[in-house]
Amino acid sequence: MKSLPLLAGLALGTAAAADTPVLTVYTYDSFVTDWGPGPAVEEAFEATCDCDLQFVGAGDGAALLGRIRLEGARSEADVVLGLDTNLTAAAAETGLFAPHGVTAEYDLPIAFDDPLFVPFDWGFFAFVGNVDGPAPESFTDLATSDARIVIQDPRSSTPGLGLLLWVDSVYGEDAPALWEGLEDNIVTVTRGWSEAYGLFLEGEADLVLSYTTSPAYHLIAEDDASKRALPFAEGHYMQVEVAGKLASSDVPDLADEFLAFMVSDAFQSVIPTTNWMYPAVTPEAGLPDGFETLMTPDTALLLPAAEAPAAREAALEIWLEALSQ
Amino acid sequence: MARGAVAVSPVRALAGGAAAAFLLALTLGTLGAVAWRADGLSGLGAADWAAIRFTLGQALVSAALSVLLAVPVARALGRRRFPGRSLVVALLGAPFILPVIVAVFGLIAVFGRAGLLNQASAALGLPELAIYGPQGVILAHVFFNMPLATRFLLQGWLGIPAEQFRLAASLGFTPAAVARYLEWPMLRAVVPGAFLAIFLICLTSFAVALAVGGGPRATTIELRIYELFRFDFALGDAALLGLVQFAVCAVAALVAGLVTVPKVAMAGLDGVAARWDARGAWLRVQDNAVICLACAFLLLPMGIVVLRGVPFVAALPTSVWQAAGASLVVALFSTLLALALSLSLALWVARGGRAARIGGDIISGLALTASPLVMGTGLFILLFGWTSPQALALPVTALVNAAITVPFTLRVLAPAVADIEEAYGKLAASLGLTGWALLRRVILPRLRRPLGFSAGLAAALSMGDLGVIALFSAPETETLPLAMYRLMAAYRTDLAAGAGLVLVVLSFGLFYALDRGGRADVDA
Repeated sequence: MKSLPLLAGLALGTAAAADTPVLTVYTYDSFVTDWGPGPAVEEAFEATCDCDLQFVGAGDGAALLGRIRLEGARSEADVVLGLDTNLTAAAAETGLFAPHGVTAEYDLPIAFDDPLFVPFDWGFFAFVGNVDGPAPESFTDLATSDARIVIQDPRSSTPGLGLLLWVDSVYGEDAPALWEGLEDNIVTVTRGWSEAYGLFLEGEADLVLSYTTSPAYHLIAEDDASKRALPFAEGHYMQVEVAGKLASSDVPDLADEFLAFMVSDAFQSVIPTTNWMYPAVTPEAGLPDGFETLMTPDTALLLPAAEAPAAREAALEIWLEALSQ
Repeated sequence: MARGAVAVSPVRALAGGAAAAFLLALTLGTLGAVAWRADGLSGLGAADWAAIRFTLGQALVSAALSVLLAVPVARALGRRRFPGRSLVVALLGAPFILPVIVAVFGLIAVFGRAGLLNQASAALGLPELAIYGPQGVILAHVFFNMPLATRFLLQGWLGIPAEQFRLAASLGFTPAAVARYLEWPMLRAVVPGAFLAIFLICLTSFAVALAVGGGPRATTIELRIYELFRFDFALGDAALLGLVQFAVCAVAALVAGLVTVPKVAMAGLDGVAARWDARGAWLRVQDNAVICLACAFLLLPMGIVVLRGVPFVAALPTSVWQAAGASLVVALFSTLLALALSLSLALWVARGGRAARIGGDIISGLALTASPLVMGTGLFILLFGWTSPQALALPVTALVNAAITVPFTLRVLAPAVADIEEAYGKLAASLGLTGWALLRRVILPRLRRPLGFSAGLAAALSMGDLGVIALFSAPETETLPLAMYRLMAAYRTDLAAGAGLVLVVLSFGLFYALDRGGRADVDA
């Protein structure tokens, strides 16, 4: 047992050695991997801030909120990066977040104005499949087709929740009937995006719930043009990813500096080919080659953040009812 | 029972009591911390009841199928001698220590929609087989536990004295008569324990249900706890379900205290009694077919994992190797801790009679059905007050992994310690050999084999666990399963397959090295 504190000491020692101020940013796992935006963002920000930027990965967007609620005002986090607008109402309700002073010309399909949260990227949810695979053109089309799909559990993943709200905002009262129609198309419901996308790549399903930008990864990183996102006539639900600063931060100025940096060119230009999402502010150099091939929906759907929690409750009930039989 | 003759030494009672208290604190204590932090309880809802029903149902079916399928396999192995038999027996230990995240990978490659089986059945014009849903959960559980059941039963078969078979042969017993008079009574003694052990293991299923459960229909209690934590942040309801899980387990453990749970086989599965009754050509064909089928069922998924991963191991980034190093350190600490805990408990229980045995069963059973997520969250809440949980990510992971391994290591060590006490306890007492000297001179040398086996088991189980680390994780302290998961999240499915292979090699490597280490010199 003697060595356990030693081990902890080692971990601590590697984390904070110098007396430069430390900015701790909680984010989701894929942000901090070697291929995510984390390493590039860290390098770019540390070049300007004279500080030590530390990312802490905590599952996905939903788990991030849980972690912050668990830690409360004593949290070490200064900034939380990676919530989406379906979660911001609940996040605001905790009273843990402080207003930001960031203004920017956002390139979002919707007007965005939130005193607590700054958007850093966004995307459209879409079903992604193979170019030679089935291509239903709407939810009703999908429900009557025999295309096999993998989706994510709305209780543990943000895309899964996005799908619920997508169906809800298109079908409203008729949502239960649609879910009943979709039931026989669903191969399985996974915990998170990674498992679902993995199963799709393994050939376990024809389509997977993902983003319109997913084919860009295959095209740009793998030179593979075989994947496509399907345009749905009803429109596509959006995800806007945001960051906010915690009121309890011991380096509030540094946190503000980071939020302002987040909407700058240095940050935004790494987003498309690391996070595979649209940047919230289009970089001066524009989007990378390959993004012009992506499908862009005619209609962008997004529930106001304040309505999301109530809509989620109702939609979840319907979903559970339809899929539990 | 000569146990009354030797009193429990104070040191022994202290160590055992401390180990028990430690496990109780880790299980019930952390549950209490979660409940204390909770805002309120809303009681059990319809979804919770559905999860409880599904958990019990799938565990019953999984355990029943595992044991049922194990009967012909164990019987075939029990009466056949063939080249490579010991390899097959060793292989039976493999699925149980295979990391779940990797095993599911392999199972999908065989039984999935695009898997080998469906490709073959499509070529033959047969209907598609669906792995997702309750049947997938049960299939995966049978994959993990049928081999375990086979080991239990094989031990039973090999435990029937060879003289009885000779007598049966001289009396001209038919195979049916052998089954009725020799094999059936043995099965009646061994099967209930094997069934219960597997039932308990399947009760807390989490990763399996996540991967192939197919959605709300197949939600286990542990998965429901995860959802309550993850999204609703309903700590109170999660704690309540944690209690339900404990209650179910306590009942099962009490029942387990009444039936004899078999020891976990470590060795001695090599010898085969001469079987005059099984010489018929038909029985031989039947046994060979059963053994081949079982091997295919167990080997194909593992083989595919290996083949898929090989081309990508060289391309793995350094961060994955660092994660592998962290996992090794965690596995090492968790193994040492699990051994210390279970050895203290075993030494205590060996002198404490029936009540202590049942107590030991319940405490280790508590650890078995404790939710690692509740444990992790509880520790998080308790530690957060005075230190950074992130800095403790690896130690806490090692701690929780050790706690959830104790039920297995104790099951190996307790009977072995009891046997040694039975055989040498009085002699040692008459020689005045007590305390440390007794442990060092008498008990430990005779315990090398079970110690090696349980160390291997603990290390391998810890290696493959993707539990609390996710709750505490900081980027620089990831374990290998977490790294594999993060590779998948970054679209790197191929590299994830490579990481999966490394995980399998390390898990089996650790098990092999420790198990071998325990066997060295012992037979010389």
